[in-house]
Amino acid sequence: MKEKILKAIDKNSKISAADLAIMLGTTEEEIVRTIKEMEDETVICGYPTLINWDKVNCERVTALIEVKVTPQRGLGFDKIAERIYQFDEVQSVYLMSGGFDLTVIIEGSTMREVAKFVSEKLAPMEAILSTATHFVLKKYKEHGLPLVQTRHEERMLITP
Amino acid sequence: MRNPLSEIITGIQPSGIRKFFDIVNDMKDAISLGVGEPDFDTPWHIREEGIYSLEKGRTFYTSNSGLKELKIEICRYLHRRFGLSYDYEHETIVTIGGSEAIDIALRAMLDPGDEVLIPQPCYVSYHPCAILAGGVPVVIELKGENEFKLTRQQLLDAITDKTKVLVLAYPNNPTGAVMNYEDLKNIVDIIIEKDLFVISDEIYSELTYGDSHVSIASFPGMKERTIVINGFSKSYAMTGWRLGYATGPANIIEQMIKIHQFAIMCSPTTSQYAGVEALRNGDPDVEMMRDAYDKRRRYLVHAIRSIGLECFEPFGAFYVFPSIKSLGMTSDEFATKLLKEEKVAVVPGTAFGACGEGYIRVSYAYSIDNLKLALERIERFVTRHKLNI
Repeated sequence: MKEKILKAIDKNSKISAADLAIMLGTTEEEIVRTIKEMEDETVICGYPTLINWDKVNCERVTALIEVKVTPQRGLGFDKIAERIYQFDEVQSVYLMSGGFDLTVIIEGSTMREVAKFVSEKLAPMEAILSTATHFVLKKYKEHGLPLVQTRHEERMLITP
Repeated sequence: MRNPLSEIITGIQPSGIRKFFDIVNDMKDAISLGVGEPDFDTPWHIREEGIYSLEKGRTFYTSNSGLKELKIEICRYLHRRFGLSYDYEHETIVTIGGSEAIDIALRAMLDPGDEVLIPQPCYVSYHPCAILAGGVPVVIELKGENEFKLTRQQLLDAITDKTKVLVLAYPNNPTGAVMNYEDLKNIVDIIIEKDLFVISDEIYSELTYGDSHVSIASFPGMKERTIVINGFSKSYAMTGWRLGYATGPANIIEQMIKIHQFAIMCSPTTSQYAGVEALRNGDPDVEMMRDAYDKRRRYLVHAIRSIGLECFEPFGAFYVFPSIKSLGMTSDEFATKLLKEEKVAVVPGTAFGACGEGYIRVSYAYSIDNLKLALERIERFVTRHKLNI
């Protein structure tokens, strides 16, 4: 049941418990209880909204930063990752395989703000060997959903 | 001047759905639950394969019976999913959608006067295609109380010494009914004893929501007397690609290929390459879509019942077929009034045969939001007209 619920709300967290119960063939109580359980277990960590900021008159800059670090004895990469993700500017942090160690995604209101964060906060950290900053020019798809959705119904209204 | 038209053709009634289509099309802002095709786009990897085949310049005819790779994949698929074993060389033909397969199967099997049993309500083409093939369509009126399954008794009652072919279309459009293993077992011995042939239209075979689909051809003694029709339209959301197929005894398939060869040449090459990709790597897409339909199906059945309309639980395709008899209107009146008053389009059950009277077909090949909006309007409509009784 947990997996079924997660799959159903993955792309739309706004479905009501009553509707979910009907669609999954169970009771509303069961849905509410299971969701609560998963929230407590931090399987469900939050319900953010997917916003296309480009459509709002609100300047936003996103940057993806490749970070190379020296892992610390006994703590690996976790400690340094934690130091990084505590900053409010940081949207995501991933440990990577391959040419660098961490991907850090930063959001700021201007390019200058992001640059300032990288040069003043991120790069000087002791364990960090190097950073390479890439600015996002346009977002096409996030969380499995296209941000540029202009599709309309093209099927004929009645077909056999 | 002489009458240029064939009497046989002019004698065939145009599809009942056509008339309704014209009314709906004049209403631009109507919400439709009247569509018989998936709302999903063809999965990208399948479309991409079609594009790639065009880029590679694969724009020639294929062999009449279809691309060898595709026929091999079709046979593998039928074996993997339904336990059917067919020889891709002699027992398989790729067609222009399931609809061409229906047409040529009937033409390959019928002589003037041969009777074809057609259980209704059903898809609109069996009846006219039987006539075009020179046969005599004999309608079996399925009953709501049997959940629109064909019963042993109904079959027995309809058989005469002229009966040659039985058309079976489960999972069913428009009712959403399925015939499971037990239901089919009940009629198999009659079919064999009376020496009938079956055209089994299994185009919705991937869309079942209880037990997996069972093909009648998988019963002992049935493979040699059954043409199995299937295709890509519903399972892979590929309606516009026009790609279907038929498998069956080599002697029947051979004659079907002959008709196909003269009338069609071959199915679109681009579609055939895309079809290979669909069968090789499309299983997860089918599962994803089935899962989504199932949620909507549950939602719709629940919503329709809570409005107060009687509705049996359909376990196949993407239609529900509620009864509107309690409102004291005909299907046609219901559908027309609903469209005029609430701007929601559903298809009157009578479009699929006279015994569809008292029912409407509601499709759930729509997003939940769309269904919700439409159901609110249907509820308003039903409440208003119930009070008038």
